[in-house]
Amino acid sequence: MGDRGTLRIQQISAHPGPIAGEGTQRQDKVCKLIDVTTCIGCKACEVACVEWNDMPFQTTHFDNTYQTMPDTDWNYWNLIKFNEDEHDNGSFAWLMRKHQCMHCADPGCLRACPADGAIVQYSNGIVDFQQQNCIGCQFCVSGCPFNIPKYNSETKKVYKCTLCSDRVGAGLEPACIKSCPTGCLHFGTKDDMKFLAENRAKQLRDVSGFKNAGVYDPDTIGGTSVIYVLHDITKPEKYGNLPASPRIPLAFTIWKSVFKPLGLIGAMLGFVGVVMHYVFEGPLRTQPTPPVKVIDPPPPPPGREN
Amino acid sequence: MTNGWIDIKNTDMMLIMGGNPAENHPCGFKWAVEAKRNRNAKTIVVDPRFTRTASQADLFLQIRAGTDIAFLGGLINYALANDRVAKEYLVNYTNAAFLIKEGFKLPEDGLFSGFDDGTKTYDKATWNYQQGGNETGKVLAASSSPTQGAPQGHEPQGSVPAAEHGSTEGHKGEGQGYQAQGPAGAKAMGGGPIPPPSLPPNIAYDLSLQHPQCVYQLLKQQYSRYTPDMVERITGIPKDQLLKAYDLYTSIRKDGDTKKVGTIIYAVGWTQHSFGTQIIRTAAMIQLLMGNVGRAGGGVNALRGHSNIQGATDMAGIFDILPGYLKMPNPADKDLKTFLERITPKPAKPNDWESFNYWSNTPKFMVSFLKAMYGNNATKENDFGFAWLPRLDRNYSWVNIWNDMYNGKVKGFYAFGMNGVMIGPDTQKNIDALKKADFLVVCEIYPDETSSFWMAPGISADEMKKINTTVYRLPGAGFAEKDGTFVNSARWLQWKNIAVPPPGECRLDQDILAQIFLKIRELYQKEGGKFPDPILKASWTYTLPAHPSLAEVAKEINGKALADFTDEKTGTQFKAGQQLPGFAMLKDDGTTMCGNWLYCGSWTEAGAMLQRRGTDDPSGLGIYPNWAWSWPANRRVLYNRASCDLTGKPYDPSRKQVWWNETAQKWVGNDVPDFKPDSKPDEHMGPFIMNPEGVGRIFVPLGAMADGPFPEYYEPIESPIANLLHPDQSNNPVVKKYKTPLDKYGTAKEGYNLVCTTYRLTEQYHYWTKNNPMNVQLVPVPFVEIPAELAQEMGIKGGDKVKVTSARSDYIAKAMVTKRIKPMMVDGKKTYQIGMPIHWGFLGISEDAGRTAKTPANLLTPTVIDPNAYTPEFKGFLVKLEKV
Repeated sequence: MGDRGTLRIQQISAHPGPIAGEGTQRQDKVCKLIDVTTCIGCKACEVACVEWNDMPFQTTHFDNTYQTMPDTDWNYWNLIKFNEDEHDNGSFAWLMRKHQCMHCADPGCLRACPADGAIVQYSNGIVDFQQQNCIGCQFCVSGCPFNIPKYNSETKKVYKCTLCSDRVGAGLEPACIKSCPTGCLHFGTKDDMKFLAENRAKQLRDVSGFKNAGVYDPDTIGGTSVIYVLHDITKPEKYGNLPASPRIPLAFTIWKSVFKPLGLIGAMLGFVGVVMHYVFEGPLRTQPTPPVKVIDPPPPPPGREN
Repeated sequence: MTNGWIDIKNTDMMLIMGGNPAENHPCGFKWAVEAKRNRNAKTIVVDPRFTRTASQADLFLQIRAGTDIAFLGGLINYALANDRVAKEYLVNYTNAAFLIKEGFKLPEDGLFSGFDDGTKTYDKATWNYQQGGNETGKVLAASSSPTQGAPQGHEPQGSVPAAEHGSTEGHKGEGQGYQAQGPAGAKAMGGGPIPPPSLPPNIAYDLSLQHPQCVYQLLKQQYSRYTPDMVERITGIPKDQLLKAYDLYTSIRKDGDTKKVGTIIYAVGWTQHSFGTQIIRTAAMIQLLMGNVGRAGGGVNALRGHSNIQGATDMAGIFDILPGYLKMPNPADKDLKTFLERITPKPAKPNDWESFNYWSNTPKFMVSFLKAMYGNNATKENDFGFAWLPRLDRNYSWVNIWNDMYNGKVKGFYAFGMNGVMIGPDTQKNIDALKKADFLVVCEIYPDETSSFWMAPGISADEMKKINTTVYRLPGAGFAEKDGTFVNSARWLQWKNIAVPPPGECRLDQDILAQIFLKIRELYQKEGGKFPDPILKASWTYTLPAHPSLAEVAKEINGKALADFTDEKTGTQFKAGQQLPGFAMLKDDGTTMCGNWLYCGSWTEAGAMLQRRGTDDPSGLGIYPNWAWSWPANRRVLYNRASCDLTGKPYDPSRKQVWWNETAQKWVGNDVPDFKPDSKPDEHMGPFIMNPEGVGRIFVPLGAMADGPFPEYYEPIESPIANLLHPDQSNNPVVKKYKTPLDKYGTAKEGYNLVCTTYRLTEQYHYWTKNNPMNVQLVPVPFVEIPAELAQEMGIKGGDKVKVTSARSDYIAKAMVTKRIKPMMVDGKKTYQIGMPIHWGFLGISEDAGRTAKTPANLLTPTVIDPNAYTPEFKGFLVKLEKV
């Protein structure tokens, strides 16, 4: 949804043929750095996200936590996950991690998407959904290792964080970054953010007593455009199910690299078959029109009661 | 704050207690994070719960609500025992060396000297310094057993009458600081004919700090009882953790280091106790002991809970002060002269020391204020209209107003910008009080619980018919719908512009108030009245009288010259009508006017200083001298002379605030020096220029505090145990309970076995945002935070509906079962604490949708107040819990 004048496209979902303008202009990879160790869980980023993207409000429910809702939603792309982390040695931490799309270098959603142009990756690293091209198949949902894309059963489209591609395309930082009061969120080039993050992790290890502090930028998906500084890089799961080694489900890799070419061959054989059919059977003969059948839309899912 | 928000970034050590800034001041908390990130500053958080702030701490201690003085007293004990104090600072910049009268007694039994059991007040005559000058070393030379009475060389203090040093001075010595929360002597006002004792003019002192009557030795003795074992039993904090925290905080003064700085940060978790002011005193004493006041990254820093609460205080939104913390007259103040004599302090210091005694300018501030109030009607001949000021005949603090309304004495109430029913303790009492009033005027942006008190849950249709209070709802304008200033915790006056015009028929507060005033004045003009002058003589010179512009009001508060004159000191010439550049120009002859002397300099001939947006910070200390305007005199850190040693050099050259410039023979700096600009260091002038002594008060003499010159630990009014220091004097002896049928106080024996506290959330703002869908989405319904262990014992699961009951009433909400509150051992007994946010009432999005039980949290809280600041005890009361 960004300004295509300044955002160069690098990958397009299910797109046959070349990408116009690919590689003609070098762009720095952008990156959002989330220093979890200085996040106070104030939710300013949640509000900024809802407000900037003009999302409708929804009814939330008490769930024995400060966390706004159990998971992100089609109209709630940015959620702080609160976790009480207690250890046998008596140490206790209240972990608050801002959860949103990670904008993977190798995006599982894009790989899984069968709709041409529904998901694009810009050369600055932002992975963006183009709802006008979305067919609502939800393959992207299962392709994502972070459980990010969320389906709206009314519009039959899938939504997620755009890393504010509209703002970034105009030279601004994402709304969440703008709103962060403690400065635990930073935005810049991937190189700069990595440098900042590694320095902070080193400070945590050397000065603050967090021996396992480190930077989360998983190479299993080629790195991400959203990176975390964690007190304990060895246990990312305790920060609200952040996977230690996120992977795109094997099925999609197989689908993309094996079945898709096979399918293409199948389609070509089909075309050959059609031509042969015409050659041997002749042109189409008119048939009577069948009656139009109206299908009721499925009922909306029942809302959870308080 | 003595310092400011940004200045927190300069600190090396933070003690955050009685506040949860990450929760309630997330934007300001940025600077705490900066200190951590850029200076490797350490953070100690002490709180009844593991809070959002605690999540950022290097060390978190869970404390029993209300036991802060025990914890801090233990810290003083530790600092003294391990000599982790700033010696030079302590001796020269505080009253540690001053000698106290022989009759003064420490509260080993819970009572200081002078307690009258009948009136529950103190005769403070012995809470005073000795007269006598330099006594250094004399005690050691004279006697080898210094505990035996008054050593030689002393004035025989015990026999000196309290009022010896001139009762005509009439100085009560109360509330000298800017931040004074109100004269403790208010109760003593009301025309007491006995002239109060005053400070001696030549205070005796012992620089060796060895004299048994010197403040330092008394302090040592006072807190020697606060041993780690004792503090553990009271607070519930295990001893090893206590010692860790004490060691960490005092580590900034390890091995005589004077460079490092520590800050203490607090909020209403300290003020809202029946001994709240004394908790803050303890913090001030620690900071004085460690030499942290006046320094970048140091200070005692109150985080104000609303965007303009500092401004409200400065402008006398409190019953017992006038703008700029000038004192209110009482009925005994016959004329301006007697009043000024009473409230203007005389210097009281050792003869060979100097004291600026800045409050000696009180007459200039007061007369200029009267000129602002009454304009041309205020003349020398009529005492500048002094007779028209209201007199303080009794205590009109918040809780007392409502108590008086409940007792039928207060007949009408104007509520602007606050939700009276909800914010005070004991909501039911407040609702019942309003039922007895004749009228209620509420100016709000939503229909709130106050203007809807008559339809509170539980009031039947029949009962509703019997309520005869006439309620007027006035549609006000929200903060973004009007211009004006906010004064933040850092004392900055910052102008804001209108973002959107008020919708529909909503009106600006100043328009509503102006029109009410003009109407009342019209009635007085027509009909006369008992005492029309205060209204008829008031100055109202705005261009549009019914719509005063706030820029005009701000200029009036700054003050201007009323006649041509030349300032003697600077030679500057002023023409009548010119805006004044600062309070040093104010005069007591009626030729200047000023609405609040502290704000003088905020809107000068050079323009609106409070609208400035300069982002230059040459020193890198975050002073930003051209951003907005900070009172007093655009000074960002108060008492900053104390950041330098005796010779006038900064204790830490890397954080240079001010210093003595030998060539120029004056104090200069990156900040505005808070000092007499030309006082040479060898004059030994004290840096605490608002005290008549010129030094910081470790011991508070005379009447400044109602309940003791040193803080003593008392249990909250409702507490699970008797005071372990003195079981026979468990509570603050000067605190009184209220006596209406609704004022009930519970005990552990009656089954109120849990300590309960109340607080706010980041996601909500008081009782406003429950009307805003965005905030309601973030946290939809009220809850009670319950320790996991307690929940397990009681079979409560997260999300279960629970009922919390105090001696007053019930509160029903969902259980939030959490590991962030642990059971604690208080005097060897397992004790649980629970807590709840205060944001829900009986009107709002969730309330209207039937998603809450419509029980405001303050239904539970007791009506009992701190004797100095009159703040209710919202923190640390007793409840019981059950599953519904």
